[in-house]
Amino acid sequence: MGMKAWAFEDLEAGILQPFGISEKEGLFRMRELLGIFIGAVIINNFVLRYFLGICPFLGVSNRIDSAISMGLAVTFVMTFVAPITWLINTFILVRFKVPFLEYVSFIIVIAAFVQLVEMFVRKVSSTLYRTLGIYLPLITTNCVILFTALILVLRKYTFIQSVIFGFGAGVGFTLALGIMAGIREEIDFADVPKPLQGAGITLIIAGLLALAFMGFSGFLS
Amino acid sequence: MKTLNQYILFKDLMKGLWKENPVFRLLLGMCPTLAVTTAAINGLSMGLAVTFVLFFSSTFVSLIRRVVPIQVRIATFVVVIATFVTMVDLFLKGFFPPISKTLGPYVPLIVVNCIILARQEAFASKSPLHRAIADALGMGIGFTLALIVLASVREILGMGSIFGIRLLGDWFRPWVIMILPAGAFLTLGIAIGLMNLLTSKITSKSEHRKENSFKS
Repeated sequence: MGMKAWAFEDLEAGILQPFGISEKEGLFRMRELLGIFIGAVIINNFVLRYFLGICPFLGVSNRIDSAISMGLAVTFVMTFVAPITWLINTFILVRFKVPFLEYVSFIIVIAAFVQLVEMFVRKVSSTLYRTLGIYLPLITTNCVILFTALILVLRKYTFIQSVIFGFGAGVGFTLALGIMAGIREEIDFADVPKPLQGAGITLIIAGLLALAFMGFSGFLS
Repeated sequence: MKTLNQYILFKDLMKGLWKENPVFRLLLGMCPTLAVTTAAINGLSMGLAVTFVLFFSSTFVSLIRRVVPIQVRIATFVVVIATFVTMVDLFLKGFFPPISKTLGPYVPLIVVNCIILARQEAFASKSPLHRAIADALGMGIGFTLALIVLASVREILGMGSIFGIRLLGDWFRPWVIMILPAGAFLTLGIAIGLMNLLTSKITSKSEHRKENSFKS
C-alpha cells in the first residue's frame, strides 16, 4: 500500500472531513477497513483458502446465473448476521461471562435470521423468491456464515469492522463461485474422463484456482 | 448372519465405510476434510471428534424423535449438535491444546458439518435407537478413515512423514503444495476420481458375472 498512500490519504481526508473525524484517526480506520475487505475477498478468499461453503460450491457452480444468485443471497445474509453476532457477543456472551454458549447462540441466531429473510422475501417479491429463496435454507448450514461469526469474535473486530468483514466474505464467496461457474460452463464441452466428471474435476480446478489466488498473499504488507 | 435384523444392523454399520462413505461418495463434510488433512494426526483427531458428536447426536435425536414437531426439527437437531460440539471443543482445549490449536475454528464448524445434520434428518430421526447408533458409528468411522487416508497422502508427499514419524529420507524434496490449500483440493479431487473408477470397475465386474451366470 506504500506507493499509492499519498493519493489515498487525500481521498480519505476528503471523505471523512465533513463527518468531523480527525485525519489521523480516519486514516487508520479506513485503511484498516479496506485491508479487511480485500483480505476477505481476495487474499484469504473464504472458499479457496479456508475451504468454506464447499457444498454449495460443488452443487451450485455449474451455471453462472445460479452461482451469482447463491452468492448474492449469502452476501446479503452475511452482511447482517456479522453485526448481529457481534452484538450478541458483546452484550450477552461477554457481559454475562458465558462464552461456552457461543456456538449454540450463534447458530440459533443464524437459523432464525435466515428463516425471517426467507419469509420476508417470499411476501415481498415472488420473483426474488424464485431466484434467491431456494438457496436460503442451504445457507443456514453453510460453514461460511458461522465461520465469519467465529472469526470476528476471535480477532476482536469492532462493529464496523464486522460489517465490512461479513460483506467482504460474501463478496469473496460470490467471486469464487462466479469464477468456478464460468469455467464449468466452458468445460461442459470438454472431454472430461468419466471418473472425474462432476466433483472430481471441479475440485481439481478449485485447486488450480487456489494456487492462483495464493499469488495474492503479501499484497498487503 | 443369524437373523434378518442382525443383517440389517450390520448393513447400517458397514455402508458408511465404503458404499456410502460420506466423503468420497456422499460428498458431505468437505470443509473439514480439506482443512485439517494437512497431517495424519489432525485427520485422526477431527475424525474422532466428528464420530463422537455424530454418535451422541444420533442417539439423542433418535430417542426424542417422537416428541419433536416437524416444523422445528432442523432447529432442534442443530441445537443438539451444537451442544455436543461445545463439549468436544472444551475437551480438546483442556486436554489436547496443541491439537485444538491446529484444528482451530474447524471444531466449532462441526456444528454445520453436513454429515451430521444429514444423518439426523435422513436417518436418526426416523429410526429406532440401535439402527441410528449403527449408522452413526459407520458414518463416523468411514469419515475418520477417509480423513486418515487423505491426510496421510498429503503428509507423506508434503512433509515426508506420517503421524510425525519420518518416512522418507533426506533425498526426498517435499512437495510443499500438498500441505497448502491447493494441494487439498487436488488430492480430494483425484481421490474422488479414483473412488468412482474403482466403484465402476467393481459394479461392471459383478454385472459381467451376473450376465455370464444368466447365459449358462
